[in-house]
Amino acid sequence: MKSIKSFFKRYWGVLRRPSVHYSLGALTLGGFIAGIIFWGGFNTALEATNTEAFCISCHEMEDNVYMEIKDTIHYSNRSGVRATCPDCHVPHKWTDKIARKMQASKEVWGTIFGTINTREKFLDKRRELAEHEWARLKANDSLECRNCHDFGFMDFTRQGKRASEFHSTALANGEATCIDCHKGIAHKLPDMRGVPGW
Amino acid sequence: MKFRLLPLTLLAVFGLAIAAETNYPLDAPAPDGRRPGGTITQEFTPPKLHDEENKDIRRERNYPEQPPTIPHSIRGYHVDKNANKCLSCHSRANSARAQAPMISITHYTDRDHQTLAAVAPRRYFCTQCHVPQHDVKPLVENRFKNIDELLYRETSPSTSGN
Repeated sequence: MKSIKSFFKRYWGVLRRPSVHYSLGALTLGGFIAGIIFWGGFNTALEATNTEAFCISCHEMEDNVYMEIKDTIHYSNRSGVRATCPDCHVPHKWTDKIARKMQASKEVWGTIFGTINTREKFLDKRRELAEHEWARLKANDSLECRNCHDFGFMDFTRQGKRASEFHSTALANGEATCIDCHKGIAHKLPDMRGVPGW
Repeated sequence: MKFRLLPLTLLAVFGLAIAAETNYPLDAPAPDGRRPGGTITQEFTPPKLHDEENKDIRRERNYPEQPPTIPHSIRGYHVDKNANKCLSCHSRANSARAQAPMISITHYTDRDHQTLAAVAPRRYFCTQCHVPQHDVKPLVENRFKNIDELLYRETSPSTSGN
């Protein structure tokens, strides 16, 4: 204990003392360049974990949820605009993204210890996992949906009768948010017993 | 030991029999039905897919017991063990909120005529009877006449005798 204390004390001394050998310019510039490299490296690594290829590098994701999105309009459609995993599951704003990434460390734990490493385990846990996502989207007013589907630019006259009816009432006055009605649009649903509206 | 060559011999005999009998056409012409022309192995360009009609206007039924056709698109609707998207609007509890027609009371009756509290399992899979429609040319001509047209023809003096 004492040695650790003295160790830190020594380095605290080094940090506090002005530099003897290096000029202020070299230290400032060096710090600046090192900052660019480390910050850039951090963001590059972060973005690399924010791709579909990274998500489906785990078989849990590739065999279950990725197979399911392939049939849906968010994967394949007439215009070829598609959503990848992080478009819906990771917030786009930096602070929120970091917060979500820290939460996602639980998923690393899960993949190491095989929480859902079989189809059966995945199906057993699916309701819980789905509820997490519903709660997240409910709490942030379906932010990830709205990144593409902007309410301000919705043309009700181009929507179906039922769609425009609900979008111009419940959605417009904030009574409901996207996820309240649009559950299971990109993946299969869990047992929906007891879910409001089902 | 004696029969070691038997399978091989049998195979050779059958092989010869099959090889000898090639006087029938292997690539027979397909019946002219939904897929007119061509032979069985020939591949055609499939007809264009059409969008489901999505007008939300109830269609006339051809006879009273006809399951009504779905007047809207049902693309991506889940109807499986876990969830039934149709019932999220058409069930008794949800029809008021969605202003959708409630499924009829017959859907709550099981095959022993017992009325249940929820949709009977035999009526759970909606698209077994109710289907969306596409605006396409029918594959075969339909000469169905509903009962009103038949009665009209019977009683109308101008067309009697037809």
